[in-house]
Amino acid sequence: MMNWNLYSRGDKVYAVIVSVLIGMFTAATLYPFIYIAAVSFSSGFAAQAGKVVLTPIDATLEAYGYIITDPQFWISYRNTFIYTIGGTIVSLAFIVPCAYALSRPQLKGRRFFNLFIAFTMWFNAGLIPFFLNMRDLGLLDSMFGIVIAFAINAFNIILLRNFFESIPQSFEEAARMDGANDFQVLWKVFIPLSKPAIATITLFCIVARWNGFFWAMVLLQSEDKIPLQVFLRHTIATLSDDDEFAMVQTAAGFSAETVTAAIIICSIIPVLIVYPFIQKYFEKGILLGGVKE
Amino acid sequence: MADRNSDVGGIPMEEVVVEANEAIRERRRTRVPEKNWVRVWDHFRREWQIYAMLVPTIIWFLVFLYKPMYGLQIAFKDYSIFRGVAGSPWVGWEHFQTLFANDQFIRAVRNTITISFYNLLFGFPAPIILALMFNEVLHASYKRTAQTIVYLPHFISSVIIAGIVITAFSPTAGIINTILGWLGMDAVYFLTQPGWFRPIFVGTGIWQEAGFGSIVFLAAIAGVNPSLYESAVVDGANRWQMMWKITIPSILPTILIMLIIRIGNVMEVSFELVLLLYQPATYATADVVNTWVYRQGLQSGQYDLAAAAGLFNAVVAFVLVMAANTLSRRYSRTSLW
Repeated sequence: MMNWNLYSRGDKVYAVIVSVLIGMFTAATLYPFIYIAAVSFSSGFAAQAGKVVLTPIDATLEAYGYIITDPQFWISYRNTFIYTIGGTIVSLAFIVPCAYALSRPQLKGRRFFNLFIAFTMWFNAGLIPFFLNMRDLGLLDSMFGIVIAFAINAFNIILLRNFFESIPQSFEEAARMDGANDFQVLWKVFIPLSKPAIATITLFCIVARWNGFFWAMVLLQSEDKIPLQVFLRHTIATLSDDDEFAMVQTAAGFSAETVTAAIIICSIIPVLIVYPFIQKYFEKGILLGGVKE
Repeated sequence: MADRNSDVGGIPMEEVVVEANEAIRERRRTRVPEKNWVRVWDHFRREWQIYAMLVPTIIWFLVFLYKPMYGLQIAFKDYSIFRGVAGSPWVGWEHFQTLFANDQFIRAVRNTITISFYNLLFGFPAPIILALMFNEVLHASYKRTAQTIVYLPHFISSVIIAGIVITAFSPTAGIINTILGWLGMDAVYFLTQPGWFRPIFVGTGIWQEAGFGSIVFLAAIAGVNPSLYESAVVDGANRWQMMWKITIPSILPTILIMLIIRIGNVMEVSFELVLLLYQPATYATADVVNTWVYRQGLQSGQYDLAAAAGLFNAVVAFVLVMAANTLSRRYSRTSLW
């Protein structure tokens, strides 16, 4: 914004202080991840004694060795990928056409449909009726149930509808002249023009699916269907109380802490890989949907 | 649209479009008024595709969100699994009377409001302060890197967040107690002490969301008219004065709207994280309405009573959100949706 050389002495001091404070907050944000990584590579004894601070103590891969030989870890990892990829595709298949329809001025009952969808953001029946409904639909302990029941979120529809409405009509009219119908207009005009908005929604869907925990825990009973988050929770909750595990670990060089940390690192890595690609979109994306004149 | 500029029979595309639109409008004007049902039939025959795109989502909303609203009637019924929602007998307000005589439920309501209040008091200013500080950082790549890092925790699941907190605050293995040990203090088992639950919960929330929350305020700061700063420089103002006299007053409408949204969401404590961090020893300060509903309904099977508690929560939340939207409209002519 301004040239550093134009700064007064006081302003320079001020800028340096602020930069240091930002640095401290950033370090504080990052530290827990570094700490968990250090624990995951430490020996069980060192972790249990609270010796790990910044770097692994008695570095070992025993904790990772323990989890990669647990078939349940791989099953739930695979399930999380299924829920994330399948769920995101299903979400987009519902959301994109619906947002297009709602952005059409000729749609009859447009106000009603908008309200019908937005109302669910303000009022929600709650946990119990939702659960009983899933039971009545026969979707308990069903992978399909998880994919379909959490496919749509009113906020994403409204975000995309707002974006579609901002596309100048001339683009559409040109396609209409070529005889395009609505499906073709959506596919060939709106979707290519809305890449940032669709990328944002895709990102929201992927993150929500990857992190989804509560309903997966409540609705799924079979171990071969649970996602990684439920497996992780299960591990954290049971390992420390498990006497048999405590006996095995003393011999093996890992502990409940290091195994928990290792699973955490394994489930963060895919997020870290995707994160740089999505970052440029979400800053714009959250501003897109929120406040609208 | 690669062929936007191509001509149609020597006439520029734009003109063709304009003429075609004129023709369409002319036809609409001159069309003989038909019977109502003919017009409706004609409309649907012409525009069936957009309705076909809408219908799957409408059905989804009916099945997964509106049908549970119909199921909410069990809050006024003696629900039995065998009789189903419709077949169970009505009991009127009985469940609500039970609820308001239940100390644990009252405690959960009070905890929800208290935790929300602390979230507001400490969690609301954090992203604003962070955005104002980011605005003062001059080194572009330093700023970029810091932003990349502080946005990250928002994308991490609450199970992992809870896992990190549980590990870090563990009595023997955790880093917090290691540091206390260096300072010569006794180890504290933080997660079993009711007095520590709220500070840990609110602090975790700030750690996770302050960075991501700053995006909205940074966008508002970016929208401030640069000439204001230029004339302030001419008047000899320093950066500190400019922040107080220009930046903060300029982003005040955004701050106000975000505050109203937060107040509207008072009943929405992120109960998933509460569920993952609390334990029976800390229920006294940690148990919120939704965790209580979860235990009573999904774990103990008292579906009707739990549904009544959920309904109470939803109605209060609905009223608050509506009030928030009305307020925001009045202040800024901006609706929240």
